[in-house]
Amino acid sequence: MLNYLLQRLATIVPTLFLVSILIFGLQQLLPGDPAIALAGEDRDPNVVAFLRAKFHLDEPLPMRYWYWLSGVLHGDLGDSVRIQKPVTELILEKLPVTIQLAAMAIVIALVIGITAGVISAVKQDTWWDYGANVFALWGLSTPNFWLGILLILLFAVQLGWLPASGYVSPFEDLKGNLAAMIMPAFVLGNAFAAVLMRHTRSAMLQVLSSDYVRTARAKGLDERVVVLKHALRNALIPVITLGALGLGELLGGAVLTEQVFTIPGFGKLIVDAVFNRDYSVVQGVVLFTATVYITLNLLADLAYYLVNPRLRH
Amino acid sequence: MKRLTFLALAAIAVTAHAQTLRIGLAEDPDILDPTLARTFVGRIVFAGLCDKLLDLDEKLNIVPQLATSYEWSSDNKALTMKLRSGVTFHDGEKFDAAAVKYNLERHKNMPGSNRRGELAPVSSVDVVDPSTVRINLSAPFAPLLAVLTDRAGMMVSPKAAQGAGEKFGAHPVCSGPFRFGERVAQDRITLERYDNYWNKAAIHFQRVVYLPIVDATVRLANLRSGQLDFIERLAPSDVPVLKNDSRFRIARIVEIGYQGITINTGKSELAQKNPLGKDPRVREAFELSLDRDAIVKVAMEGEAQPGNQWVAPSNRYYAKNAPIPKRNVARAKELLKEAGVANPSFTLMTPTTSDAQRVAQVVQAMAKEAGFDVKIQSTEFATSLNLADKGQFEAYVLAWSGRADPDGNLHTFIACKGPLNTSGYCVPEVDDAIEKARTTLDPAQRAKYYDVVAAHVAKDRPIIYLYHRNWLWAHSAKLTGLHTIPDGLVRLQGLQMK
Repeated sequence: MLNYLLQRLATIVPTLFLVSILIFGLQQLLPGDPAIALAGEDRDPNVVAFLRAKFHLDEPLPMRYWYWLSGVLHGDLGDSVRIQKPVTELILEKLPVTIQLAAMAIVIALVIGITAGVISAVKQDTWWDYGANVFALWGLSTPNFWLGILLILLFAVQLGWLPASGYVSPFEDLKGNLAAMIMPAFVLGNAFAAVLMRHTRSAMLQVLSSDYVRTARAKGLDERVVVLKHALRNALIPVITLGALGLGELLGGAVLTEQVFTIPGFGKLIVDAVFNRDYSVVQGVVLFTATVYITLNLLADLAYYLVNPRLRH
Repeated sequence: MKRLTFLALAAIAVTAHAQTLRIGLAEDPDILDPTLARTFVGRIVFAGLCDKLLDLDEKLNIVPQLATSYEWSSDNKALTMKLRSGVTFHDGEKFDAAAVKYNLERHKNMPGSNRRGELAPVSSVDVVDPSTVRINLSAPFAPLLAVLTDRAGMMVSPKAAQGAGEKFGAHPVCSGPFRFGERVAQDRITLERYDNYWNKAAIHFQRVVYLPIVDATVRLANLRSGQLDFIERLAPSDVPVLKNDSRFRIARIVEIGYQGITINTGKSELAQKNPLGKDPRVREAFELSLDRDAIVKVAMEGEAQPGNQWVAPSNRYYAKNAPIPKRNVARAKELLKEAGVANPSFTLMTPTTSDAQRVAQVVQAMAKEAGFDVKIQSTEFATSLNLADKGQFEAYVLAWSGRADPDGNLHTFIACKGPLNTSGYCVPEVDDAIEKARTTLDPAQRAKYYDVVAAHVAKDRPIIYLYHRNWLWAHSAKLTGLHTIPDGLVRLQGLQMK
């Protein structure tokens, strides 16, 4: 176990190093001069020159990478140029918001996705199955921003049950926080529920037709025990991986949902930073997201290890 | 008794609610330091936070704010201002002539200052006495008064600014009706009522919360669901939704800026490679193919004033010698024939905003009738600015938020050395007239110089001006006392919830 963990940890360092080069390099490919984007509507040449010098934009690429990397190694991700706030502070401010959103979304996705997947597999080729498939198709093909706006119009404008957008900290007002987060979490979880449903269904179908399930049924076990205890447990292995990867994706990919619902989280931070060419924010946030993603992957592998005894040998 | 208590509690709740004004902004402001600030939306927040030496009224007249009166010297090279007494900054420091001197020098000297260009003619500032300040200029500069109605005229606390250095914008200290409360990036900016404000009788809210909500539909949904009291930049297409709803009011006024198409007439060698940049007859044909009324109707749902100059036809400096040309497709075709290019083709670079996209599509369809083949190139905003500055474009749809003095809409774009002259236009007579209009204080005389500029620009067409948008605001019907000023800023003085 320890060896396995150490092996996995050793691969993380070079991966992160490559990621840092990629982040820095890809960002340079963005068209448009960041100094001009930052100088605002007036684009005063003196201001442009000042910004260029201040952010080393007039220096060679390797030097700029070095400035950034040495800062990162010292735990300093730089300052946001646009609002003059340290990137680390911005990340710490936005992270809990997106984590909450992603966590709520994944709970919604798991509950809907696994339940629908199991029902669909057990009731294969019945109206239950067709209904679940239609739901999956709908979930996959509905754009987040469109569904978001429809929900806002229905629940905020027409019915007046939920706030249209915005965010309140759960420590300030828990009820208000849940009211503000339920719609975006549903929108975000909805598409992922569809993916989970499809995977759970196919994994369940495979497991339900295997020999040991037939044996369990032959033993006269209750069908509920066969499905939930024997079949689902095995079928969940790929779903766990998918769930972990999905959480990483939800963390970084809540972009559109956060834009629509004006949730001040990671997604919104990064989109605004890209459009404003706020380089240090983009770099810091992407590096952080990549680190989270890699860590979640590692945790998924460890979960595999724990759930599946065969991997231990 | 219980009933009475309940009623009293309800009344308190309503009052507490009415004491907070919630404003939906179309973007997240940048740094809240008047010297470094760069965005239009930031100016909306400054309107609640930082008073200026002078202000504008509905008709763009200059009115007093922190300065109560002003006087030009006989050679027009010095402006003496009397300052309001009893004004303090939010940190309790006194506002006086020394503070004005500090602020103007900060605007001029701070590294990265965005105000340096606006105050370039200011050579020195003298403290005559604690309530009198004299601004000395290297040459007469008529736009100075209008400049002082914007960020260059905003006064911050010298003590706070010295203490915070370049981080001042994280916790700005000014002398406006509200003091800085907190800012959560991309979420909200909260301002709290400043009890020692010199004009506190005009302030009826305890707190103002600015919430940046980029999507116009979501901004409107927040207003309709009662979470916002006021939204700026209502989408023209949403006007019908609110018009018949008695719970809301729509306010509008024509902006001081414009929407236009900049043509590369000499910025780079590309100008000579396409008929539109090379031949004024082709540009004339292009303009004659356009119907501004229809563009306004289709692209802006009628929420704009058609125009053909850097100021709207309703502006006192609009040059009447260059009226809006009527659409004339037959004449446009003739001109193209004369120019020897029956079907000229060019690329119209367009930022990805929905306004600009719609304009480009309508222009494309109209110009096609005259024989033009317009190719729309949608380009992300920052990239498009970069391409424009490098001259890597043929025509470019671009809006300008505008300045109160016509010089602010003209010099930067049309003067030979204007920093945003992306057209590459340079005509000595035009430069001369712009310069004279800058150094002349008499409005009638200035208007004559602008007539000269208008005659040239209407003929040469480095920019084809199309229209001036309406600033569209929507608010709760209970909110009264709104002043609609063409600069598009939301003044909080007088606003109250009935």
